[in-house]
Amino acid sequence: MTIPINWYLLVAAALFCIGLYGVLSRRNAIGILMGIELMLNAVNINLITFWRYMDPVRLTGQVFAIFVFTVAAAEVAVGLALVIAIYRNRATVIVEKIDLLKE
Amino acid sequence: MVPIIIFGLSSLVTLGAALAVVTNKNILHSAFYLVLAFVGVASIYVLLEAPFIAVVQVMIYIGAIAILIVFAIMLTRRILSEDLIQRNSQWILSAMGAMGLFLVLGWIVYSVKWPVVQQAVPEDTITILGQELLGTYVVPFEIASVLLLAALVGSIIIGRERE
Repeated sequence: MTIPINWYLLVAAALFCIGLYGVLSRRNAIGILMGIELMLNAVNINLITFWRYMDPVRLTGQVFAIFVFTVAAAEVAVGLALVIAIYRNRATVIVEKIDLLKE
Repeated sequence: MVPIIIFGLSSLVTLGAALAVVTNKNILHSAFYLVLAFVGVASIYVLLEAPFIAVVQVMIYIGAIAILIVFAIMLTRRILSEDLIQRNSQWILSAMGAMGLFLVLGWIVYSVKWPVVQQAVPEDTITILGQELLGTYVVPFEIASVLLLAALVGSIIIGRERE
C-alpha cells in the first residue's frame, strides 16, 4: 500500500465540493441532478477507501456502497421523471421559474 | 511508483471532468463530461482493489444514469442551451462556500490520525460479497429492492402523459 489514505479522502472531498458548487450554482434542474450524482460518487469513494484501509476482511464498506448505488439509481429516475413532468406543464427546466407554490 | 502515477492520472481526470460538469455552458457537454468523471471514479475503485464496485459503477452510473440524464436533456431542450445563462446570481457565494467546505474537510483529513490496518484484501471478494448481501444484510437488500421498485413505478406514474 504505497498511497496514503489522506490522498483518497482529499480527492473525495474535492469531488464532493465540486458537486456542491454545481448543485448551488446551476439554474438547470438537470444540472443540479448531475451535481448530486458527483456528490454521491464522492461518498462512495470515501466508503471504499475506509473499507480498504480499515476493515478489508469484512466487506461492510462495499455492501454500503452497493446500497448507495441503488438509492442513486432510484433518485435519478424519480428526479428526471419530475423534471420531464414539470417541463411538460411549464415548458421550462429553470428552477427559478418553477415557483408554482408562490403564485 | 506505478500506483501513484495511476492514482494521479485518475484523480486528475475525475476532478477535471467534474469541474467541466459544473462549469460548462452547454448542458449536453456537461453530461458527457459526467461520463468521463464516472470513468475516473471507476479507475479509483480499481486502484482500491474493489473490482466489482468498479464494474457496477460503469454499468449503473455510465450505462444507466448518464444515459438517462442525456435522454432527459434531449427531451427538455427546446431552449438550445448555449445562449441560456446556466448559473444563477449566487454562484460566487456558492463557489466560496464550496471552497470553505473543502478547506474544512482537508483540515479534518489531515488532523485526524486514521486507524489504518495493514491487511490484504481476501482472495475471493465477490463470493464473500454475495454471501454477505444474502446473509448478514439480507433485510436491507430486500428493502433496497422494494425501494427501487417503488421508485420505478413512481417515476412511470409521474412521467406519463395525462389524458
